[in-house]
Amino acid sequence: MTQESPVLENSGSSPAKLGSFKFDLRKHGGLLALVILLVFNALVTPNFLQPQTLFVNISQVATIAIVAIGMTMVIATGGIDLSVGAVMALAGALAPLIFLSPFGVEYPILGLIAAFTLPLFAAAFCGLFNGVLVSVLNVQPIIATLILFISGRGIAQVLTNGNLQTFSNDAFSYLGTGKILGLPFQGWLTLLLALIAFWFVRRTLFGRYLLAIGGNKRAALLSGVPVRPVTILAYVICSVLAGVAGMIVVAINSASDAARNGNLMELDAIAAAVVGGALLQGGKAPIFGAILGAIIIQLVKYTLLANGVEDEVALIAKAAIIVLAVWLQQARKE
Amino acid sequence: MLDDSAFDLRKYLNNNGQSAGVWIALVALIIFGLLRYDNFGSAYNIVSFLNYNSMFILIAIGMCFVIMTGGIDLSVGSVAAFTSVCAAYLSPFGIEVALPGGVLAGAVIGGINAFVIIVMRVPPFIATLATMLGAKGGALVISGAQTISVDWSSNFTKFGMEKAFGILPWTIVATLVVFFIAWIVLERTPLGRSVLAIGGSEEASTLMGLKVNRAKAFVYIFSGACAGLAGVFLASSYGAGQPLEGIGWELSAIASVVVGGTLLTGGLGSIPATLAGALLLGLVFNILNFENGKGTISLSAYWQLVIRGGFLFVVILLQTRVIRKRQAVS
Amino acid sequence: MALPLLTAKSIDKAFSGVAALTSAELQIEGGEVHGLIGQNGAGKSTLIKIITGVYRRDAGTVEFDGGEASFINPREAQSAGIATIYQELNLVPLRSVTENIVMGNEPRKWGGLIDWKTANSQTKKVLSDFGLDLDVERPLGEYSTAIQQLVAIARAVSLNAKLVIMDEPTSSLDDKEVAVLFGVIRQLKQTGVSVLYVSHFLDELFEVCDRVTVMRDGQTIGCHQIAETDKFELIAEMLGRNIEDIKSAGMTDFGGGEAKRGEVLLQADNIGTDNRLRAFSATVHRGEIVGLGGLLGSGRTEAALALFGVDQLTQGRMVFKGEGFEPDDPVTAIRSGLGLLSEDRKAEGIIPDMSVRENLTLALLPRLTRAGQIQRGREREIVENFVKALGIKTADIDQPIRELSGGNQQKVLLARWLATEPDLLILDEPTRGVDVGAKLEIQSIIREYVDRGCGVILISSEFEELVEGADRIVVLQDGYSVSELENPGISEDILIAAIAHHHDEVSGANA
Repeated sequence: MTQESPVLENSGSSPAKLGSFKFDLRKHGGLLALVILLVFNALVTPNFLQPQTLFVNISQVATIAIVAIGMTMVIATGGIDLSVGAVMALAGALAPLIFLSPFGVEYPILGLIAAFTLPLFAAAFCGLFNGVLVSVLNVQPIIATLILFISGRGIAQVLTNGNLQTFSNDAFSYLGTGKILGLPFQGWLTLLLALIAFWFVRRTLFGRYLLAIGGNKRAALLSGVPVRPVTILAYVICSVLAGVAGMIVVAINSASDAARNGNLMELDAIAAAVVGGALLQGGKAPIFGAILGAIIIQLVKYTLLANGVEDEVALIAKAAIIVLAVWLQQARKE
Repeated sequence: MLDDSAFDLRKYLNNNGQSAGVWIALVALIIFGLLRYDNFGSAYNIVSFLNYNSMFILIAIGMCFVIMTGGIDLSVGSVAAFTSVCAAYLSPFGIEVALPGGVLAGAVIGGINAFVIIVMRVPPFIATLATMLGAKGGALVISGAQTISVDWSSNFTKFGMEKAFGILPWTIVATLVVFFIAWIVLERTPLGRSVLAIGGSEEASTLMGLKVNRAKAFVYIFSGACAGLAGVFLASSYGAGQPLEGIGWELSAIASVVVGGTLLTGGLGSIPATLAGALLLGLVFNILNFENGKGTISLSAYWQLVIRGGFLFVVILLQTRVIRKRQAVS
Repeated sequence: MALPLLTAKSIDKAFSGVAALTSAELQIEGGEVHGLIGQNGAGKSTLIKIITGVYRRDAGTVEFDGGEASFINPREAQSAGIATIYQELNLVPLRSVTENIVMGNEPRKWGGLIDWKTANSQTKKVLSDFGLDLDVERPLGEYSTAIQQLVAIARAVSLNAKLVIMDEPTSSLDDKEVAVLFGVIRQLKQTGVSVLYVSHFLDELFEVCDRVTVMRDGQTIGCHQIAETDKFELIAEMLGRNIEDIKSAGMTDFGGGEAKRGEVLLQADNIGTDNRLRAFSATVHRGEIVGLGGLLGSGRTEAALALFGVDQLTQGRMVFKGEGFEPDDPVTAIRSGLGLLSEDRKAEGIIPDMSVRENLTLALLPRLTRAGQIQRGREREIVENFVKALGIKTADIDQPIRELSGGNQQKVLLARWLATEPDLLILDEPTRGVDVGAKLEIQSIIREYVDRGCGVILISSEFEELVEGADRIVVLQDGYSVSELENPGISEDILIAAIAHHHDEVSGANA
């Protein structure tokens, strides 16, 4: 069973020796953690096995997972994007601003369409900014994305004057509260995005180039890979997905709070990607691994919360998970 | 490989404009301020400016050492918030206990960074991102997510609010002491030279027989201690331990270091230029405050974050442009 | 007789399962200059790094200066008295000349602070022994590679070592600088210091060494008094060939080399770039192999990078297939019909975690794509054909390329370019670090390819490969193409002479 796990998926190279089923903690650690978390919760956490718990967790995990998909692609190029949380705040702040504006009130349909698309364009622009800094100006990804990590949220707060914007707009809220076949809409959306991303990475020219750049940038360049456009595209995709996640958060709450939306999401997303098997030095883009990682991060949060552990302690736990995951990854390399 | 880096460098160094530029900009801004605002040159403005910015100067100095090795420390803001809470709790015992306590707390977190980076081989930005989170969580846990009022009956707040020998605030004196020590360590000790050599080429430094791990441990612990001291200043000057402070401080520090001409990839850097960079960034905010006061502009506090990012962006653009232009010249 | 200074016995070392050394031996007497030779990949650098504590050995013993020596890092080796100048010049170009010399042993004054004044004057004195007068406070990176090399040597000498290891010290030095270096080596020897001298240039060994050790495929093949051996014997041992064969037949498998020269394919006219290429001219016809000869840093690789659009032209012009040609990037160069097998297989060639299949089709990929999606059936077919045709030894075309041997990796990379069917293929050190068998195979693949009417530019540091493989050789020096030799009629001696003794004519030609 374990050898079919998504964590194993690695850039299309099938393991040479499928015959040996030796359990490798470092390889299957993610899945093991998931099983332990599930068993622990089933035994300890009250009401864990209720459908309600599933809904709550799906609607929460969706945003982490969507951002983690984008983060996985950026990490695959050997980069990192610290600005995803800020981009969520920005996109999330823009959407209600648009449909609450005089224009949006007068033409509700157009306003709604604009509210869905314009924030994504803004997010794409953020990605373009990051991508150009990284691939054209050769600024290290950490520094390049640190600019929007701080300023992006600042812009969102300036736009909303730091206020909480509440609204009631059923059509927009469907993004966060709608259900299909009894399961939250954003769960389905996540699945759809993951499938597209998986196809993109595994079957298209872009995906192959993405992995080649992360695997050996110089070799990729000398083999005719258009390194700059592909790198920029990875950052744009990551930002757009962050924008989608930011809008989902706003839709769930029927309110946008620029100070809190997406706060610390970069850590959740990096943790999910790394737990899912993405190598920080690039060259791997395990999309479903990132989903698994996101589920683990969400379950850890939920477990701590449901058992009365303070939010603040949960922060420390998350920090530990990230360090542990990267450490295991480094150890595997050597 | 070696020749490529040497190639860029020759251009970069020949101009030397970067670190001269920061001083020129600093002087220009001061003259501008003096001419435009009545109270700009007042003792009150100067002292409160230096007092407030001493925190940023400290973390910038710590960050400068980290960046010179080619690393990064994203945890400084959270560490300062954490140690401000620690110092507030220790304030009843007086500054003699609270100051070393706060610095020690910062150094311990720096030590954790060093351990995770050197022994566990986790990349610096991940390690310090995690401690950023952890220190923030720690600050919130021990403070119960509240600002912690200091003990006003002890001498703790005198440190942040009164002047040494009636001349300069204690915070500024302490910052100057750290500044000079840092300067001497960098320029005059083997440790300081190792820091620069590691940033220039870690492999070469190892092969030259330098104590690479020791120097790397030093920079993270030192950066943590500087952030710790900044946290003590915060609590002492503003009368409370503030677990939610420190957002965006790492950005200020990085921007200050870079504008001072330090290469983000390490190997080249200057403590005085970093001081100038921190003062420059502080002055930009000081002047914006004056403009707000004059009513010519009206910027909410949220603009601070945008401006910090914008400042770093401009600095990075300048650094890349300088390097490119020099390349084109020859 | 006194104990040897250094004895390394039965040293084994493997990297991720691949043996780099198998029971290698080395013995150095006190006060002798000891040569160490072998082809690329023979294990010389690995052996040195084990002695100096950079790598840990898997098995075997090292004794130094009468005691067991298991240095765990270069610092320990250094303080025990082994100073090393590595091939990749391990200095810090951003830091000053003085710092690079005194780093780790800075002179101190009161309070333990570094005394820069003394440090600078010490540095000046050490460098004056090498006939160098530099501004020692300037960053090292401002000086030429040759000076940097001398500084590295000066650093090693200034450490008062008992053994100085020099790995390819002359690769970027000119005759005069080499003479200075030899003077220093003889001086060291007189003061009782031993020198381990690693070099490709056999003539140098005969000039300066007392004994020489030969390595091949990670093993020590032999150790000779230099006076009792000759060049042919050493070459035969290095290559694992019979002396007589070498004397008569030559050492490569490029076959005939009788050029069926076709139309002009590429013409480069005085091209230069910002990357140390000053003025390079060459013509390549269909059906011929044009070699580029020259020392390290003479501009051979840089010429390839200019042709391939990696470095932009700052002067000169190119004509390719009858049309003006100035590629902006490799993408355009590849589309126009060029291929470049890059020099450094690991850093610029393979994508280690990708499979053989993915590596092989990387350059071809745009042509294997329909509507953005890769046509996997065609991809497999092409890869399987090449694996068969070139005899690439792989368990499965989906095996990660890093698990293959060097020679097979190189064949995959060669196939990467052959698959794009370029009109002109530039090969930068195509056989470096591959075993002898694979080397011969690669050479005959190249010849076959040229016979189909394509052109090849061949860059190689191995003179015999150039001499026997190329139809013509363009010789480079300091970024200028300085002369052209034509086969038949080129011998190694002629080539070496052309490479080494052209300095005056360079300035003359450009006056």
